[in-house]
Amino acid sequence: MKDLNTLVQDLQAAVEGAIEEVVTENTQPPYIIVKKEKIVPVLEYLKKEGFNHLSAVSAVDEPPEKIWVVYHLVAIGEKSTLAVKTVLPRDAAEVDSVGNVYPTALWHEREAYDLMGVKFKGHPDLRRILMPDDWVGHPLRKDYEQIKEYHGIKTD
Amino acid sequence: MGVLDNRLPDNVFFAMADDFVNWSRKNSLWYLLFATACCGIELMHTGGPRFDLDRFGSVFRASPRQSDLMIVAGTITYKMADPVRRLYEQMPEPKWVISMGSCANSGCPFNPHTYSVVKGVDRIIPVDVYIPGCPPPPEALIEGIMKLQRKIEASKVFRK
Repeated sequence: MKDLNTLVQDLQAAVEGAIEEVVTENTQPPYIIVKKEKIVPVLEYLKKEGFNHLSAVSAVDEPPEKIWVVYHLVAIGEKSTLAVKTVLPRDAAEVDSVGNVYPTALWHEREAYDLMGVKFKGHPDLRRILMPDDWVGHPLRKDYEQIKEYHGIKTD
Repeated sequence: MGVLDNRLPDNVFFAMADDFVNWSRKNSLWYLLFATACCGIELMHTGGPRFDLDRFGSVFRASPRQSDLMIVAGTITYKMADPVRRLYEQMPEPKWVISMGSCANSGCPFNPHTYSVVKGVDRIIPVDVYIPGCPPPPEALIEGIMKLQRKIEASKVFRK
């Protein structure tokens, strides 16, 4: 497998204008920040280059205006990891689903949608996965407010 | 051959009907196997050969329709609240509920920082005995069942 610097250079050539920032120093795993429109081609390229496993899709809320979506990639057998981050506007958090590249992402995207309210365009079945279907709000948002009552049960 | 066989002449015993009914009820508490978290491990342990809940007449049933007692062993989330209520309603009268462990008592390890855990199963169904602990050991569960037996003993069936 290529080392990280070559990989990033090749990625820049393959998917033009995708990378905004590369951080390799003092961080584990190293991460790259990409534009949200380019997330599918970037992950397609990285999968082709040997990152054969997507271990998690997580989301980070950063008020007042940002939500990060983080894709944790692992090259099984190579012992190398890479995180791909993308930033979304908080009031319209929407990004393309990567379910066509890594099918396992469909589960993680449902979780991110349930708890953080990130919408994934092109996801075939974007329902809540942990909370009840008729729950109101996305609990891991910083400004989340609990509903007062659920099916007659007080929640305070 | 039993020890008492052919030892006594023909007899008639008198007892209060309530005592008789309560005696039979308290010694055949069939419980619903309902475990949602680590308390369930202790519940299974209690039902197993070492602590042997069978000697109290308590055996587990897999169906609420055959159960007298619901032991709520574990964390109840809001998503689980409706099934809990439904299982309770499917049990035939008379029925009792034991709330086992801190989660079922008050949602304690998750209270107040949770968005998903019901803060006490008594917000959903009526509870007879609360057992503290996280999780309570089998001895504590047996103590709880004995407490419930004492409660049943004192209950009034025919009298007002």
